[in-house]
Amino acid sequence: MDLNSIPETGQADAGLTIAGKTYSSRLLVGSGKYRDLEQTRAATEASGAEIITVAIRRVNIGQDPNAPNLLDVVPPTRYTILPNTAGCYTAADAIYTLQLGRELLNGHKLAKLEVLGDERTLFPNMPETLKAAEALVKDGFDVMVYCSDDPIQARILEEIGCVAVMPLASLIGSGMGILNPWNLSLIIEQAKVPVLVDAGVGTASDAAIAMELGCDGVLMNTAIAGAQDPIRMARAMRLAIEAGREAFLAGRIPKRFAASPSSPMAGRVK
Amino acid sequence: MEIVLNGASHPLTEGESLQQLIVALELAGKAVAVAVNRQVVPASLWPQRILQPEDKVDVVRAIGGG
Repeated sequence: MDLNSIPETGQADAGLTIAGKTYSSRLLVGSGKYRDLEQTRAATEASGAEIITVAIRRVNIGQDPNAPNLLDVVPPTRYTILPNTAGCYTAADAIYTLQLGRELLNGHKLAKLEVLGDERTLFPNMPETLKAAEALVKDGFDVMVYCSDDPIQARILEEIGCVAVMPLASLIGSGMGILNPWNLSLIIEQAKVPVLVDAGVGTASDAAIAMELGCDGVLMNTAIAGAQDPIRMARAMRLAIEAGREAFLAGRIPKRFAASPSSPMAGRVK
Repeated sequence: MEIVLNGASHPLTEGESLQQLIVALELAGKAVAVAVNRQVVPASLWPQRILQPEDKVDVVRAIGGG
């Protein structure tokens, strides 16, 4: 993105455009780790998120088929449902999972790709991710891709045709926040597609920092679902994303290792 | 005969269609997607798709996940 093309003072934020559709919320949320479907619904609503990620999993054969379904509480009529490839360790599994996800959502093309390399760290396997991204883009998917915070990998994913790149802030579910703001800045500077921080956000300030760096959005799950009061944290995140975005658009003062008084020297009583 | 349904062996009458299987599982009209041998089969084709022995069938739904 061009850091020189920030809108004029007072102009409303144009919103987040992904694959030709514009959203007013820059907070994207996952739907996992909640106590139950009601908490999922309430936290999602409090977050103001318009895009929700879901996992695609085998039905439990023999389980009550009339048990409430996730899509009953976060319906595709109200939200943009983003199927993910959580738990996939190969490009083949990720591609297969998203083909099933697309069928489940009646041909909906927007998808989140993640291909993991390691069960302990859940760090992305970038070679497999690139392979999967290429195949999925060819198959007509609009791919939002979880990736390492490596500017070269991000650029290659963009060249492949991914509609958004989503570098991790830190390990999935770790709550460690943004560990390398410099890498993130490099990615943001060069990207012509939206850049969303995905993974590792812990609290509101992490989300605000991501937006202050110039991110187009933030995706999080554990930070909200794992908080002691998820509904309250969802609200906090909503505010943090808005505050961070406003601060970014406002243009902050530079950091200088020097003092600068806020009151004039002239006219002081002596 | 036997097929593999969601990773587990599942007995099935010869000549049964995917549609009949889904109905038997009480999943007709539910928000599920189905693949046979890793090829997605759209719901409109379930009645015509006759299952073969050892066919690997995946029936999936959306659940909470990050």
